[in-house]
Amino acid sequence: MLLNIKDLHVAIDGKEIVKGLNLSVNKGEVHAIMGPNGTGKSTLALAITGREGYEITKGEIIYDGEVINNMEPDERANKGIFLSFQYPVEIPGVSMTNFMRTAVNAQREFKGLEPLPAGEFLKKMEEMKKLVDIHSKLTKRSVNEGFSGGEKKKNEIFQMAMLEPKLAILDETDSGLDIDALKVVAKGVNELKSDDNAFIVITHYQRLLDYIVPDFVHVIYDGKIVKSGGKGLALELEEKGYDWIIEQFEA
Amino acid sequence: MQKTGTAYKPLESSLISAFEDKQKELFNSCHPQVSQSRKEAFEFLKNHGLPTRKNEKWKNSPFYKQYEESYLIDLPSADYDKAVNEIFQCEVHGFGAETYSLLNGWYYSSEEKQLETLENGVVVGSMMKAQHEFPELFDKHFNKIANCKQDGFTAANTALFRDGIFIYVPDGVEVENTIQLIKMINREEPLMVNTRNLIILGKNSKLTFMHCDDSVNHFASFINTLTEVYIDENAYLDVYKLQNINDNTSLLNNTFFHQERDSRLRVNVVSLNGGKIRNELHVDLMGQGAEADLNGVYLMDKQQHIDNQVYVNHLAPNCYSNELFKGVLDEEATGIFNGCIYVARDAQQTNAFQRNNNILMTPKATIDTRPFLEIYADDVKCSHGATIGQLDDKAMFYLMQRGISKVDAKLLLMYAFLAEVTSKVSIDALRISYEDMIKRRLRGELSICEKCVLHCSVPDNPIEFEIDMSKI
Repeated sequence: MLLNIKDLHVAIDGKEIVKGLNLSVNKGEVHAIMGPNGTGKSTLALAITGREGYEITKGEIIYDGEVINNMEPDERANKGIFLSFQYPVEIPGVSMTNFMRTAVNAQREFKGLEPLPAGEFLKKMEEMKKLVDIHSKLTKRSVNEGFSGGEKKKNEIFQMAMLEPKLAILDETDSGLDIDALKVVAKGVNELKSDDNAFIVITHYQRLLDYIVPDFVHVIYDGKIVKSGGKGLALELEEKGYDWIIEQFEA
Repeated sequence: MQKTGTAYKPLESSLISAFEDKQKELFNSCHPQVSQSRKEAFEFLKNHGLPTRKNEKWKNSPFYKQYEESYLIDLPSADYDKAVNEIFQCEVHGFGAETYSLLNGWYYSSEEKQLETLENGVVVGSMMKAQHEFPELFDKHFNKIANCKQDGFTAANTALFRDGIFIYVPDGVEVENTIQLIKMINREEPLMVNTRNLIILGKNSKLTFMHCDDSVNHFASFINTLTEVYIDENAYLDVYKLQNINDNTSLLNNTFFHQERDSRLRVNVVSLNGGKIRNELHVDLMGQGAEADLNGVYLMDKQQHIDNQVYVNHLAPNCYSNELFKGVLDEEATGIFNGCIYVARDAQQTNAFQRNNNILMTPKATIDTRPFLEIYADDVKCSHGATIGQLDDKAMFYLMQRGISKVDAKLLLMYAFLAEVTSKVSIDALRISYEDMIKRRLRGELSICEKCVLHCSVPDNPIEFEIDMSKI
């Protein structure tokens, strides 16, 4: 099992947001997490990746056989956990190229590998840029600075392609994207998908799941997974909304 | 307020007695304008003393702590030794610079090079020499741009200066190579030097001037520098100040610019290290269409102190000024930024902008920032702003989520924060050099010792060098 979350409770500023969540993810699987706003989807993503201030008050996050509850975010990243941010951060003054080279080489160093020679690095950048249809001028700019909403999301997938994670969490990567950009993002994910990695796709809209087909669909409500099913569940949600699940849960 | 004898602090007493004891040398074959200024300045110093914290502009300054110290006020000039000249190597090089030096406040060169006229007619040399050779330029400019009665330090400088650099660029001459001035102090007992510089740019001329303050050891000193700069019509001056001095040195750097019509000025001040540093930039925009672009970067830690005082006076219409100062203060470092834009009644269509951004790395580091506008014209575009913050934790997490360590993420963000200023350096080789020094300073690798010939920070290696340091 790649990721095993057991009875996870997460609090922000003392307020509990995730309230006893269980989730298992195996290599080769795509899990979709859906649910109304404010139910704990992004909190789950940030707790898995180790954002400061997201306090795990109970339970365990076990990744690759190791409890990572107290691990620093960079170590989790180096062990192969990647987050495609809901709101990618603009970092003026740090060029995309410099940022990516620093990240790629930090992860290589963690694995005991030599830094990637400049030529090979640039070649890989070119390849991955094509994969997500990014203009070359974007990588010359500062990280996310002045990027449009769509460009920022494509840039997240580009970074994912560069870093080849084992577990990728896509936090509403589809929000605010037009259908063309959505297809590009999905194409990126589908090409990177393998038997050796796994994806957790957090989304509001069933639309994305037409392009990234999930093996499992989970519905989060009030900090817990209240329903799980196959890809058919997503279609049912699209049709009937969340109310029937909430009613079931609260009954 | 008049001062009385008993109220003088040790430094004030030393300054007053240095003047009284050395009158003969100070007035010896002096240009009349210089001797007149010395007298007036001394009267001011005697009556007012050095600025106290009651003076608004010195309110939060810790310089007063130095008033209790005793400094040797000046030394006779050293004999020139060609080998010694080799220690004057600044970290920043490789951009076609002609280097000139000041040692312990004296212009340091061979006798025949005390005042040189270069092929293009540019004159570079010692202030002491220049006052005799170019009396008409001294009549016109000396002590006319600066206000020697601004405070006790400008007065002390005017009354007591012994030497400095003089640069004259004739009309229409564009100087290709950068003129670089390296100032150094080498004296075991605490020394105070008063250095006076005068730079004159003729009409349509162009000059790049680099002003480096370096230390070669850890001896205490107090450097009180005053530079007057006259920029005539349509001339362009690019000034770089690089400050990398030891923690026992106090540096006061007062620069007064007078800008005529359509002249352009760009200043970049980089303060990398120093016990106490105060930079004052005074810019008078006297003619229409003049432009001043003033930039600064500072990186302080331990108990270091940095103070940037920027006064821009818009005295003519259609002028432009921009100030951008950014700094990172770590550990228990303290800082002050005081920016004042004055727009006179007739200075319509003024564009004046000012920004100061700071990052405090620890709860003990402090910055006191005061943007200030004084506007008497009604058709102007002015803005000012100041921020004090910590590193953006969202950005920190973003970088770390990609596998970058906390230490590296911090470095990357601090560097990026400062790069907005350094990216404005127009000479490529110089910009790369600057950025490199800032990176090394951020990594904690830049020590004033590492480039020094003495290598005294490495006690395991006995000091061996071919230069006879006793001569300087």
